[in-house]
Amino acid sequence: MRNISMAAAIGLTAAVVANAATAGTVLDTVKARGALVCGVGTGTAGFMLADSQGKWVGLDVDVCRAVAAALFGDAEKVKFVPLSSQQRFTALQSGEVDMLSNNTTETLTRDTALGLDFTAVTYYDGQGFLVNKKLGVKSAKELNGATVCVAPGTTTELNLADYFRANKMTFKPVVIEKVDEVRAAFFSGRCDVYTNDSSSLYATRTANVPPPAKPEDFIVLPEIISKEPLAPAVRHGDNQFADIVRWSQYAMVEAEEYGITSKNVDEMTKSDNPTIKRILGVTPGMGKALGVDEKWVYNIIKQVGNYGESFDRNVGMGSPLKIERGLNNLWTKGGLQYAPPIR
Amino acid sequence: MSDDALPGGERRQLAPPVDESGALGWMRKNQFSSWGNGITTVVLIVAVVWILSGFLDWAVFTANFTASVGSECRGGGACWALIREKYRYIFFGSFPYEQHWRPLFAVIAMLTMLVTSADRRMWNWRLLVIWGLGSFVTFLLMFGQIHIPLSLFLTIALVLGGIGMNLRKAIAEPAEMNAYRALAAIGLVGLVLRITGILPAWSLAIAPFSYVETSLWGGIPVTIILATYGLAFAFPYGVLLALGRRSNLPLIKGLCVGFIELIRGVPLISLLIMASVMLPLFLPSGTTIDKFLRAQVAVILFAGAYIAEVIRGGLQSLPKGQFEAADAMGLNYPQKTLLIILPQAIRVVIPPLINTFIGFFKDTSLVLIIGIFDFLNTANQALVDPNWAGFPGEVYLFAAFVYFIFCFSMSRYSKYLEVELNKGTRR
Repeated sequence: MRNISMAAAIGLTAAVVANAATAGTVLDTVKARGALVCGVGTGTAGFMLADSQGKWVGLDVDVCRAVAAALFGDAEKVKFVPLSSQQRFTALQSGEVDMLSNNTTETLTRDTALGLDFTAVTYYDGQGFLVNKKLGVKSAKELNGATVCVAPGTTTELNLADYFRANKMTFKPVVIEKVDEVRAAFFSGRCDVYTNDSSSLYATRTANVPPPAKPEDFIVLPEIISKEPLAPAVRHGDNQFADIVRWSQYAMVEAEEYGITSKNVDEMTKSDNPTIKRILGVTPGMGKALGVDEKWVYNIIKQVGNYGESFDRNVGMGSPLKIERGLNNLWTKGGLQYAPPIR
Repeated sequence: MSDDALPGGERRQLAPPVDESGALGWMRKNQFSSWGNGITTVVLIVAVVWILSGFLDWAVFTANFTASVGSECRGGGACWALIREKYRYIFFGSFPYEQHWRPLFAVIAMLTMLVTSADRRMWNWRLLVIWGLGSFVTFLLMFGQIHIPLSLFLTIALVLGGIGMNLRKAIAEPAEMNAYRALAAIGLVGLVLRITGILPAWSLAIAPFSYVETSLWGGIPVTIILATYGLAFAFPYGVLLALGRRSNLPLIKGLCVGFIELIRGVPLISLLIMASVMLPLFLPSGTTIDKFLRAQVAVILFAGAYIAEVIRGGLQSLPKGQFEAADAMGLNYPQKTLLIILPQAIRVVIPPLINTFIGFFKDTSLVLIIGIFDFLNTANQALVDPNWAGFPGEVYLFAAFVYFIFCFSMSRYSKYLEVELNKGTRR
């Protein structure tokens, strides 16, 4: 057996990737490597998952691809490292990944004590309510006296109690530990309402409705009762890299606002609108200021698409999840997605 | 006295013996020998048919094999179209799609390696060749490129020389001994020179394919690599621990006992989390150790402690005379252990060892909590896809089937080995 161990040692030693401690910024390391290393989660429908070909897709994944497009002009120059929620912050702190884009809620303690910097918000999530259409409820304000299925010990449970108390309503909680059992209880009719983060409610509606009922028989009520801003994170200490991540996200939102899509981006370069000219690098200056190629936004939009396209493709109406834009609509359409001007 | 002596009327006609041959006879004997048995048989047959027909109806007759998205599957039986769509991902994970032949052949290489080394006739120097070749092919296919550093060659020379010197002492010809000494000396001197920086960093590069890093590995190759190499390394390590635990030197004994009790006292999950979350914090910033390797080492440490206890059981079952006889022959400690004690001790513990192996093959699926996509985790991932969500039964049944094939063959092998190894002691 000693022989076995030695033979295998050859293989395993090759597996040791000792990234020599390079004194320098994250940006230099990324450029020298020629690829961005992006930490993603281990699978959340619509946000990050490996498809049938093993390629990573999702709203969070598109952020990484956009940053790679801005840095290298090629959205494919990303290595995705799947991380569980326990490992994700350590992986970022230790330099195993350059950035995190895995449905992380931005909070004060994470921003400060963990030594992270959150960039722009990718998705405004929050706690919502899933109900059966047959109930005839159009708003959470009509839920007085309802039976609510909820998982215990989470902020979800506390938010729920706060919301009902604030609106002077009563409810009967059905508290069940396991998420599968909570769902089963809801779909079997044990409770009128199932409450969780709304993105998760949409995923539940897509995947877990037992036949013969259809996903369309259930609706997510418009009220969102908690704040869960999901944002990518980078390490403290390299502001330029943080800027590139942040502005890559803003560029996608800005492009949607000005109607630049992956389909019409080539025509848009001929536009007379000075803002669009600036965004697409026809009038140079923006890329230089950020420290990337002048065609950075062009590359992002051409290869990844604008925020609306990415949203629609991964979680919105073009996907099985069919999540409403809601809070994630542009500020001009009543949502919160607002990018500072690129100028 | 003949039959003729009896009056004809006294002869009783006996009923013919019950026909116990053929299918009908067998059933009469085993299934319907009494009223109670008959009723039990009928009730059980009805129950089995009822359950089986429900299952077959779901799994075969109303199953959907051809749907192109999950929503077409809804409402019917099993959605095997999901497996059809996802099987390549479930087996090979995020490995580049057009290069899936590489993990496929890597798995074939590993299985060939395992099957050939299962044959007792190979249990000699051939095992070294089989594992060397098999591991080389496997990792070359998986990585695409292998760089073997000079220091590894030197380490191997040192270890081989050292082992030879100890084991063949007083047996080998002087020329052979000199060869071992030379080998060890080259290794030792080379390593010292390498560490002091006099010898340059050189490595042998074999790079026929594009490089694929471990974060892209997934599915069945990951499960098999973690289990196979986890146990292959844990085995010699466990043997050392077991021997150390029986050592007369209090320090070695204390260390081994402490290690075994510490590892056995914590769950594998906590060890994996330590390796993946705590370890990077202790390393200097910017230095990272491959996640896959960290998980592999955690599995080795954990399995080692368990194997050590199994081996210790074998050591204790040996009569004292064996030790004394070896001493009387003038064998030194390594010779005594390797030639007399271990062969007998390991033979005794083969069944519990394979039991441990089977357990660890399945335990490797715990790596999913540190974001490594082993077979069970890629199966989980197939469930996340919103286009195909909502069919956990099919996916888990498929995964269970694949795990069963592996574990069942291991258990049959253990059975064969038990008989084979105990031929000498059987009456």
